[in-house]
Amino acid sequence: MSLRTQVIQLYKNLLYMGREYPMGYDYFRDKLKRAFLKNRHETDPQKIREMINRGEYVIKEIEALYMLRKYRTMKRRYYDEETNITAPPPLTKDAAQ
Amino acid sequence: MSLRVLVGCKRVIDYAVKIRVRPDKLGVVTDGVKHSMNPFDEIAIEEAVRLKEKKIAKEVIAVSCGPTQAQETIRTALAMGADRGIHVEIPAKEMEKLEPLHVSKILAKLAEQEQAELVIVGKQAIDDDSNATAQMTAALLDWPQATFASKLEKTDGELEVTREVDGGLETIKVKLPAVVSSDLRLNEPRYATLPNIMKAKKKKIAKMKPKDLGVDLASHLEVVEVVDPPTREAGIKVEDVDTLVTKLKDAGRI
Repeated sequence: MSLRTQVIQLYKNLLYMGREYPMGYDYFRDKLKRAFLKNRHETDPQKIREMINRGEYVIKEIEALYMLRKYRTMKRRYYDEETNITAPPPLTKDAAQ
Repeated sequence: MSLRVLVGCKRVIDYAVKIRVRPDKLGVVTDGVKHSMNPFDEIAIEEAVRLKEKKIAKEVIAVSCGPTQAQETIRTALAMGADRGIHVEIPAKEMEKLEPLHVSKILAKLAEQEQAELVIVGKQAIDDDSNATAQMTAALLDWPQATFASKLEKTDGELEVTREVDGGLETIKVKLPAVVSSDLRLNEPRYATLPNIMKAKKKKIAKMKPKDLGVDLASHLEVVEVVDPPTREAGIKVEDVDTLVTKLKDAGRI
């Protein structure tokens, strides 16, 4: 795969990941596009590869973000965090002194 | 090594969507609402795929009952690593009246047809929260069941399953074939990425109707009313400790 195809593929994959971004898809797409445009004149293959790796890393980070968000929501919804106030055991005379 | 795993995955309203009750109070608004795979079923798929990666399972089949869009859910399952899918077509109208018993009958029938030795499903769906499909499927098949699994290990012809029970964990052994239902902490499901979704398009999804499986979808339940949960009442500020104690006593907390 040529570097150009790889970059386009990365862009598509990132766009796909952005669909559920907490601050909205538009915000994500905007930032993503700007980040790619900023480096569009880069010609050094080594540097382009580094950037692709960084993009892949960002994908992993977003995946982790989504997973955590879902997990936490589920946990909050379905598992008691035992926040109910219960009465403490009555104080014995000794303890009260 | 020869284990064939059948996994159920339900298409539900996305967990992040704010649910609205329909004006006729007989259901919730589903039109134009984002749907996705039931989170507990994602965990079930992930576990099956991990079994395959550990070479314990040879094939993972994802099943979903629902309207045409349920295929997207199956596609997600395939992207996560399932080998093929089975879509049991149920029109949206009938879907509302579909009960866990129907799904159990479908799953049981499919498990026999496909000669599956392990059925994994999510412990419950986040839309109706029935928590019944795994149990009834096990009963219909007369297989042992391991519900609320938070850890699963394969030993010779048996599964060692750690279950989440009230106030702790319970470890049981079940003989295969068996039915397992996944709890939240069983694993961390992988994300269905775009390249994997594309690759999954090549995988096969078989279509069938409940009739083909000889399952009758007659309802046994009637929805009387669907209402919003009560809104949380506002808290109050108290002046001093004495008032606090009185208020707490009135509320029956102490």
